[in-house]
Amino acid sequence: MKPDIQPATPCLRPLLVAALLTALLSFRALGAEQPPAHEHASPSTNTPPSSTKQSQPDVRDHSVHAAQSLAEFYETPKDWPKPVKNVLYPFVLFDQLEYRLNDGQDTMRWDLTGWYGGDYNKFWFKSEGEQETSGRAAGEIENQFLYSRLITPFWDAQVGVRYDASWGPDSNPSRTFAVIGLEGFAPYRFEVEPALFISEDGDVSAKFTASADLFLTQRLILQPRVDTELAVQEVSRFGVGEGFNNVELGLRLRYEFRHEFAPYIGVHWRRLLGETASFARNAGEDVSTFGVVFGVRLWF
Amino acid sequence: MNRISSFQSRRQFLQRTAALGLCAGVNRLLPAYALQPTHGSSAHAVHNTTGAIDLAIREEKIHIAGRHAMATTINGTVPGPLVRLREGQDAVLQVTNHLREDTSIHWHGIILPYTMDGVPGVSFPGIKPGETFTYRFPVTQNGTYWYHSHSGLQEQTGVYGPLIIDPATPEPFQYDREYVVVLSDWTFQNPHWILSRFKKEAGYFNFQQRTLKDFIRDIDEKGLKATLADRIMWSRMRMDPTDIADITGATYRFLLNGLPPEANWTALFKPGERVRLRFINAATGTYFDVRFPGLPMTVVQADGQNVQPVTVDEFRIAIAETFDVIVQPKEDRAYTLFAETMDRSGYARGTLAPREGMSAELPERRKRPLLTMADMGMGGEHATHGGETPKTEGHESHSGPPPPPEQTTHAGHGAMPGTEKKADPSGDVMHGPDHHGPGNSMVAMVSKSRLHEPGIGLENMPWRVLIYSDLRSLAPWPDPRPPAREIELHLTGNMEKYIWGFDGKKYSEAPEPIRFYHGERLRLTMVNDTMMNHPIHLHGMWMELDNGTGPLKPRKHTVNVKPAERLSLDITADAPGNWAFHCHILYHMDMGMFRVVAVSKPQHA
Repeated sequence: MKPDIQPATPCLRPLLVAALLTALLSFRALGAEQPPAHEHASPSTNTPPSSTKQSQPDVRDHSVHAAQSLAEFYETPKDWPKPVKNVLYPFVLFDQLEYRLNDGQDTMRWDLTGWYGGDYNKFWFKSEGEQETSGRAAGEIENQFLYSRLITPFWDAQVGVRYDASWGPDSNPSRTFAVIGLEGFAPYRFEVEPALFISEDGDVSAKFTASADLFLTQRLILQPRVDTELAVQEVSRFGVGEGFNNVELGLRLRYEFRHEFAPYIGVHWRRLLGETASFARNAGEDVSTFGVVFGVRLWF
Repeated sequence: MNRISSFQSRRQFLQRTAALGLCAGVNRLLPAYALQPTHGSSAHAVHNTTGAIDLAIREEKIHIAGRHAMATTINGTVPGPLVRLREGQDAVLQVTNHLREDTSIHWHGIILPYTMDGVPGVSFPGIKPGETFTYRFPVTQNGTYWYHSHSGLQEQTGVYGPLIIDPATPEPFQYDREYVVVLSDWTFQNPHWILSRFKKEAGYFNFQQRTLKDFIRDIDEKGLKATLADRIMWSRMRMDPTDIADITGATYRFLLNGLPPEANWTALFKPGERVRLRFINAATGTYFDVRFPGLPMTVVQADGQNVQPVTVDEFRIAIAETFDVIVQPKEDRAYTLFAETMDRSGYARGTLAPREGMSAELPERRKRPLLTMADMGMGGEHATHGGETPKTEGHESHSGPPPPPEQTTHAGHGAMPGTEKKADPSGDVMHGPDHHGPGNSMVAMVSKSRLHEPGIGLENMPWRVLIYSDLRSLAPWPDPRPPAREIELHLTGNMEKYIWGFDGKKYSEAPEPIRFYHGERLRLTMVNDTMMNHPIHLHGMWMELDNGTGPLKPRKHTVNVKPAERLSLDITADAPGNWAFHCHILYHMDMGMFRVVAVSKPQHA
């Protein structure tokens, strides 16, 4: 297997353009901050009363309002402030920022999510990656730039671009994808993140992440997590085979000194599957890793 | 005649300082009514001879809740001074803004011309930095009210105070002395920071989550099957049964007249005297359950309006409500004034004592309650009881729902024209097909009257707890017409995203006003689709709560709507202009649980 080696820069240019477009789209949407259309029966507030001339007490002579003239509209001047305002918020979460003890092949790993926006429209940034700390100093990174829209109470729909790169002693390939995905809170309180990717070469793949928080105490929280990837086509230069590529299970126990700052320890187990596992075996790599992790979960 | 409280004489001041054992700096930064003098009702308010009341709003460092902190003060204190008016006078209130941002004062519960109502963007443009705005209005009512900023989150940083209007004619009850009790919540955090936490992690301040320990205990008590079924049910709904209050004692200090529990605010009495306490809930996010263990209270006014006296041992005061109670302590001993928060994460506290420096035992704190199926609007036979109930009760937790409301509660339904809701004989109403979009995460499939329920955490108390159906006006209100039109509004929210609104929309999505036609009598029906209590406030007009008391509906400016509750309010639209209508949980209002009500000329009249 001889992976293609491509210079990174020509690949970055379309990526940057796409990222900028995503950002622009997001910010335009943020400005408008409209909810998705939905069926809505408006209350019958705009029909005048049918029988206004019943035996009414003369409420118009109420002393407080005697001076107030009766109008059909009371205009609010344009330069008055809004009584309540919409505010856009930024958010950054390192769900994982950890050191993985992998039997001599230790790695640093991160999983970062960030967003900026309002209730319905947001610009999202996701970054995941791993860097070997010894030996070959190989690593990989996956970045996503997404426009995200709340479509149901618990689900955001996301579209955008993904850019992957990896590096090592003998290759550093990269590729770009279009992304369509969901991010939300599933019944039984799982944070779930399914996404579909189409690469620049037309290869289709998917990824699924789910995690949950279990309160052992008010501050000691156990987080099980599962990640899995699936490819429709083989992409040998990334060592990706057809079908399920891998499954990763993690169990992390964190202590929230503050919700924003929670050191953790845990274990992770990763198994390559099917053709992907074969590629790895042929390259002399492990198909299964199990290790202890320690790190910190941070958000701000 | 205008009266405003001011600082006490130096002698009183020093006496008080010694008695409280606090440094002088503390006292200088408290309003006068918080430093209760030892005599009579009006001793703590002095006459102001200039005719106008001046209120200056500043940002400054004060001593509060045991620390020094920046606060937004009114005339140098938090809460602000007692503004005391008299029914029949023309009030002149000059508010000066010394802040670097706009401010405003809204006179909560006061009937006045809409341009004097003090809501920036609705009744006026707000008060700019350096400006003075003069509020002028005729005072046509009496009772216990309050005032507060309606700008941003200033209410949380201290811009609130009591407003008492003395009656023109004698009141139908008697008392020997009176005290103002302003309950509030204080945080050393920036309220905007608090809001940003909610957007990032909705349960940020909840440290009463159900944990492994609760799970094991529940298995012990109820068995594995029932415990698992309960956990599965809640997690399937993606709802949190411990979500009683957004902001909790994790950041809040709960204040009574500006003082934390350890400062033990004290009101004096002589045994046998009748003491009137004017309770005001000026908190931004906290409901209080108020009681004097061992001393019954007689509620004589609600929201400043006379009610037929009802004697209770405890009452829940929703945010922005006021209750006037009379107590008659006969023994020569101290009584604790205990105001526990609804989520049980803390309390405010004071003492009623024959002499200074006394205190009584603090009652045992109760366990935080859990939301139930009934709060979720699931209906069902035993819906009013959840898995956990407070320890203080002696009953089984499966003792069945409380008795149904009197038949009269629902008599109005049949008579209402335009009401298409199918109400079954129990009063339960099924939710329509509109689930209000992504801004609302749940609907009450079955909503019903809960006016006869004391509210979460107060069920099955071994003593009398005030319920809304206890409130009966002393006399009928002037407009006996049946309402000719009904407006139905659903209170909605998405807790995970911290979106709050009406009918699934926040204010920015629905800026067009709700129209009332001047002179009409209408019925406002509210359905709470969320799992939280919401105190809903209408500016400028009274709401008569249809609680089954016929012509003696209590008149309210703020009405608490329980989870999955449906309640109706009759309103006479007699106040031309634009008025604010909103949830009085400050953070819900700021997130968009806000509407403008426009009272205008009937289009074809």
